[in-house]
Amino acid sequence: MASVTTNNTVPKVWSRQQLAAGFAITAVVVTIIQYSGLLPAWLHRLPEEWIPPFAPWLDAFFNFVKDDLGLLVVTRFLTEQLQVLLDTTANLLFGKRRWPNLGPIPWSAIAAVAAVAGYYLGGWRLALLAGGTFVWTALIGQWKIAMETMSVLVVAAPLAFVIGLLLGIAAWKSPAFNRVIKPVLSVLQTLPFFTYLLPAVIFFKVGPTAGAVATIVYAIPPMILMTTLGLQRVSPEVIEAGKMSGCSRWQMLRHVYVPAARTEILVGVNQVIMLCLAMVVLTAFIGMPGLGAKLLAMMGSFKLGRSFEIGVTIVLLAVTLDRLSKAWVVKLPEHFERGTPWWVRHKYLVLGLAAFVGFTILAIFVEWFGEIGRKQTWSKGKEMDTAIKTFLALDGVQAVTGSIRYVLNVWVLNPFRDFLLSIPTSAFIMFIVAFALAMASKKAAVLAAVFFGLVAFSGWWDRSVITLYSVLSAVAIAILLGLPIGVFAARSERWSRRVLLACDTAQTFPSFIYLIPAIMLFGITATSVVMSILIFAMVPLVRYTVEGLRNVPPEMTEAADMSGATKMQKLVNVQLPLALPTMAVGFNQAIMFAFFMVIIAAFIGTQDLGQELQRTLAGTDLGKNFVLGICVSLMALTCDMVIMEWARQKKAALGLD
Amino acid sequence: MSSQAPVISCKNAWKLFGADPEAHLKTIKPEMSFEDIRAQGYIAGVRDVSIDVLKGEMLVIMGLSGSGKSTLVRCFSRLHDITGGTIEVDGQDIMSLSEKELIDLRRNKMGMVFQSFGLLPHRTVLDNIAFPLEMRGQDRHTRRERALEVIKLVGLEGREDYFPRELSGGQQQRVGIARSLAIEPDIWFLDEPFSALDPLIRREMQDEFLRLQQMLNKTIVFITHDFDEALRLADRIAIMKDGAVEQCDTPDQIVLKPATEYVRKFTEDIDKARVITAGVLAISGKKGTGEPVDAKSNVKQLANLLVHDKRKTIPVALDGEIIGAMERADGLTVLLEAD
Repeated sequence: MASVTTNNTVPKVWSRQQLAAGFAITAVVVTIIQYSGLLPAWLHRLPEEWIPPFAPWLDAFFNFVKDDLGLLVVTRFLTEQLQVLLDTTANLLFGKRRWPNLGPIPWSAIAAVAAVAGYYLGGWRLALLAGGTFVWTALIGQWKIAMETMSVLVVAAPLAFVIGLLLGIAAWKSPAFNRVIKPVLSVLQTLPFFTYLLPAVIFFKVGPTAGAVATIVYAIPPMILMTTLGLQRVSPEVIEAGKMSGCSRWQMLRHVYVPAARTEILVGVNQVIMLCLAMVVLTAFIGMPGLGAKLLAMMGSFKLGRSFEIGVTIVLLAVTLDRLSKAWVVKLPEHFERGTPWWVRHKYLVLGLAAFVGFTILAIFVEWFGEIGRKQTWSKGKEMDTAIKTFLALDGVQAVTGSIRYVLNVWVLNPFRDFLLSIPTSAFIMFIVAFALAMASKKAAVLAAVFFGLVAFSGWWDRSVITLYSVLSAVAIAILLGLPIGVFAARSERWSRRVLLACDTAQTFPSFIYLIPAIMLFGITATSVVMSILIFAMVPLVRYTVEGLRNVPPEMTEAADMSGATKMQKLVNVQLPLALPTMAVGFNQAIMFAFFMVIIAAFIGTQDLGQELQRTLAGTDLGKNFVLGICVSLMALTCDMVIMEWARQKKAALGLD
Repeated sequence: MSSQAPVISCKNAWKLFGADPEAHLKTIKPEMSFEDIRAQGYIAGVRDVSIDVLKGEMLVIMGLSGSGKSTLVRCFSRLHDITGGTIEVDGQDIMSLSEKELIDLRRNKMGMVFQSFGLLPHRTVLDNIAFPLEMRGQDRHTRRERALEVIKLVGLEGREDYFPRELSGGQQQRVGIARSLAIEPDIWFLDEPFSALDPLIRREMQDEFLRLQQMLNKTIVFITHDFDEALRLADRIAIMKDGAVEQCDTPDQIVLKPATEYVRKFTEDIDKARVITAGVLAISGKKGTGEPVDAKSNVKQLANLLVHDKRKTIPVALDGEIIGAMERADGLTVLLEAD
């Protein structure tokens, strides 16, 4: 890469933008030379023999840790402990024959307790939602598989909470630890979930234990971040009041810091629960039974009606868990008048217990309240299946989906992919560097070069480019559709609220769910891949567009109004420029979501890194699995770094907080 | 008012904020100003302060925001570690205390009230007030009893089970005051305790505070940026600017004999008639005629008498004993703000 060295000798007077233009022009020239067939082959693609054997190296390293350092002994021991916990919840929730041999708890009792909890936290509406979710699950005949999923969730979420809380406190206490853990967390948050799954299987046995471990690891990072954030935010006067009250260090932590950071910690709990649910569904890929596995099987055999029903169950569970935990965040203690008897003070606890005992006894006498047999379910899976298939087979519908598919594939997606693949590796990296320079900073550009350089040296360049292509094209279409929706919604208070609520709700759905509508409409094709990513990525885009536009300071829009701006002038000249940094956060999240979803879409059939990743799950190819995962992570990190840095600079320049 | 050895004795105390304050302090020369130090990347929160707080006295520290008054008080309680100089509490250098000794000192001798109250949001009024007692390991029963006692003292009976957010600002500060009094401290720090309250409540809380002070008779360091408040409460006032104490004296001396230009400007708009008492105007040895006036009454309170009385010199008495006499003309001069 000769151009890099020439650019290094350029005197400092060159601005960032000029450097960026230099890189971009060089990249274009290199690409043109390639097209004319004159570029040396090594500048187009790195020769095989240059690629270091990362995978075997990593394998050797993992083997060393696993066997020589005896990590496997430790993890096998942990597996046993975890197995005991999981067996207990499995027995209680769906009657697996293990200690304590009490279960299964009747579905009606669980639904009743959920309703009481809902009522306590948020009144009738939450009671209805929480109770209704469990009643639906039972009636539709998915109780057992839902409880298989829940049995892992109720073990994984508390463990992830405790571990996250402790690590968060450690990161807050020790700046050195914080510096170490920060980059690890950003890598963890961009790592594709397949990369969590394989090590979990290798170290923690196939099935629920591995599923639980992968889920825990996946859910920890936001808990750590929220804990640290909450502890840092405790008001200095509260801290001083604690010190002046003569608290020892432990007393400070236990009685002052942690309770005062309650809100952030509970927001962390909410995120832990939601991520656990999302991941526990995905652990279907490593043979974890439950809702995810059933959904995977149903989608695989194109049983759309049943897939849809399972999808609804998962969504209902997600929304219930989200709303309950969010209600808990804002629920503040209230005092009772002096002399209130204990059963009034704890009336919800009493009510919940009574409901539990009542329905458990009822279930002994009336079998229906204990278990709903296969024949009694209200599932309309087959009928819906037929309906959906008939609908899709209609000429009009076929014509529409068919032509969308045709236009996208032939005119947009395939040409774009082929174009990206035709760019020489060296020119591609220069484009990325130019992008980082123009948007962010020299430091970001250097890191971007290193990150993409590593991807090139991983030996998976073409698959990485295809991954990037899926992400970029889906996000581009998402922007085309999402921006107008966001701009339109932001115009009125009412629509903003509705759209934000819809986005909030959609964001709680486990990512797996987004495959269902795509497959329904476009079958198992490349268009479905882009479509599923598109829907998933649109959520943050719309959301941040609305938030960005709504949060433009009113005095600025008023100033525009008084200057006689039309709605359009106001939007283009005042609102959009001021909302852009916030919207950039939305773009960034859309890209991160897309990187996540593109890997799941491997299930439909892709030619990218995800496909290779999924293949590694079948074996014990830990080294390859990590190399592939890191490739995805590096590309995602580059986007994240550049866009967030740009948004930060823009915000500072605009004087926004 | 005050006597004997100081409770807090602060000598040449410095508090620098910055990368390496200890090393930087050694390079600072006495003539360097706040701005000079800031140009080197350091903020002098407390700049060469020497001040004594006497037993039973109420010292009010005044200054604009950023003048270092809060920092100075936090140095007294070692919420901040000072960079240089010494601070002694009851003759003990607090910088030499171990963590455990420091905790013991705070658990037994010091109480502090904060501007935005600093209440623990997850604890009830009762539990907030009992918090310092709980920290020093008192059992549930005794700490409850003591907390109820202080709750009564600050007039919050019946609100024991409320949470801070269920109370008004004034009530929340009562909780803050009660908490700081729960351990029966000898030294009481109040950091702008009434600034966050609206004017009517502030007045009421000041009266309440004066009542408590007369009842409890503690050594008090009180921070405020409100001169009226300072005048109402203070035995002595220390005026701070850029981390240094410009002048520390009785209110009348500050008004009559400002030590620096800054203090003069600061006190310019003060109604001197409300600060200067008959005792200040009295010339000892001089003899007047007729009924004496009380040395503690200020000129404003004596306005009517000064205008209508025909005597040239009026005797002044402190606690019933004649200490001298004042010229009526001097009183009128103060009253009319004629220089």
